Amino acid sequence: MSENIIEMKNIHKSFGGVQALRGIDFHVGPNEVVGVLGDNGAGKSTLIKIISGVHTFDSGEMYIKGKKIHPRHHCVKLAHRFGIETVYQEKALGEKQQLWRNIFVGRQITNRLGFIRVKEEIKETNKIMREMMRFRGIGAGAESYIRTLSGGERQGVAISRAMYFDSDLVILDEPTMALSLQEVKKVLNFILAVKERGKSCVYISHNIANVYPVSDRFVVIDRGEVVCEYYRRDISLEKLNEELIEFTKSKIK
Amino acid sequence: MTKANERTEQSLFYKYRSQFGLVIMVSLVVLFFIITSPSVFLRADIYFSFLASVPTIGIMALGLTFILALGEIDLSFPSVMALSGFLFASVYASTGNFFFAILACIGSGILVGIVNGLIIAKVGVPSIVVTLGMQFLIRGLSNLLSNGTAIIVRVRGSLSHQFLVGKIGNVPLQSLWFLGIAVFLFFLLFRHKFGEHVLFVGDNVEAARMMGVNVDWVKIGAFSLMGALAAMAGIFDLYRMGTWWPTMGEGYLMMVMAAVFVGGTSMFGGEASIFGTFLGAFMIGALEAGIVAAGLKGFWTRFIIGLLIISAVVVHTLIRKRK
Repeated sequence: MSENIIEMKNIHKSFGGVQALRGIDFHVGPNEVVGVLGDNGAGKSTLIKIISGVHTFDSGEMYIKGKKIHPRHHCVKLAHRFGIETVYQEKALGEKQQLWRNIFVGRQITNRLGFIRVKEEIKETNKIMREMMRFRGIGAGAESYIRTLSGGERQGVAISRAMYFDSDLVILDEPTMALSLQEVKKVLNFILAVKERGKSCVYISHNIANVYPVSDRFVVIDRGEVVCEYYRRDISLEKLNEELIEFTKSKIK
Repeated sequence: MTKANERTEQSLFYKYRSQFGLVIMVSLVVLFFIITSPSVFLRADIYFSFLASVPTIGIMALGLTFILALGEIDLSFPSVMALSGFLFASVYASTGNFFFAILACIGSGILVGIVNGLIIAKVGVPSIVVTLGMQFLIRGLSNLLSNGTAIIVRVRGSLSHQFLVGKIGNVPLQSLWFLGIAVFLFFLLFRHKFGEHVLFVGDNVEAARMMGVNVDWVKIGAFSLMGALAAMAGIFDLYRMGTWWPTMGEGYLMMVMAAVFVGGTSMFGGEASIFGTFLGAFMIGALEAGIVAAGLKGFWTRFIIGLLIISAVVVHTLIRKRK
């Protein structure tokens, strides 16, 4: 497979008069790890939320696995069907709900009438926790409430959810923010595992030092536009940092 | 004990402590009545009369439990009772057909719910405002349609009367309907996709959206359910009274809310207790009769209900904080 998983051309998006994206061109190749960098409010989140179906877009073209996507009809369910999984960290979990509900919400295992097969979901969740999260000894169980988990554990839940629904493209929203060193290492291993399985990954980040080693390409976004792109093989971490600082400076001027 | 054990291997008592708390509260209330008026509360009659009257409050309280789990509120259901009740009464009076009457009644309840839900979800008006307006609007509509006069519903002795509010032994059938509806709604809320979506929308609406939950449909669905249940409560009241009054449903708003809050459902959304609402309805429904039977002046009713609500809610909140 050599076709790009995501292909976006001249995408525009505004929220009530505020232009979040002004003609973004963006693509994710097969088995590629792409970092989307940029300041707060640059449009990074809007970009990934359009890919994952949370937001629609106003104009431009988007193709997923070669299929043209209607700007108004894209939705989370459709993105899931295309094998796109998004990890929104802890903020995308239901705090007052049990862990197993958080894994399966939106894609419950049900009978024909829509009633949830609770035992099966709990069993699968326990399996996920053993095999993916290595949660043994941490103290969380399938029936724990999310509010009792630590930040790292919540991140683990969000990531395992993406791993469980075997996806072709994993999107990570600030994957290393507010994590301990140990936990950052887990996230990096996860990205490497995605790459090894031949799948692709997009992440957005402020802080690239952590994720630099596992990336293939960086796309820098500023004020709703792509300002430059680098392949990791062409640029060192120090140089990339300098370039980013340059952008911030020119913005202040 | 390790941290793991503390969190996963909780004892049954610990796990169900809010339910135990409620049962104890109900027992204390009953005990209080038995002590103050043993002649009434040691005989079965009073309890059978509770079984006849409580389901009206209870069925609406179950609907409101869904709305609160969603993190919303509904003030329009007492008026829905009046409008849907009016449609039942007039369709039944003109056709004599029980099924048409029920269809018109529950259909109108669902319709009001859909309109509430659409305005809340699609336009984005807060539910307290929309349903406040709706409450006036449909109360006014039912007054206009009925010209403010009562309608007699001649259902006594009919088969549908037997079926809905008849008796098996001394047990009024509406109490069994209430129980059945409560069990069904328990499974709908905690074991069905729809209920899980209600809980997630009430808990974290952004998360729900990101996980592919159709938030608008969930809201419209929950408000329709509330409308349908208010209409049903209206049917039970009509069958019991035999007359539709333009003031039908008035006075239920606070009682129904009280039942839900006493039962331990929080206003903040994302969690709810069907079992709590079930018991809460009996507690609130029984208090008024109990206080009068206990020989206290009627003035005491509100005072004691108020005391009960505040102490129950304080206890529930303290329990929740320790979870």
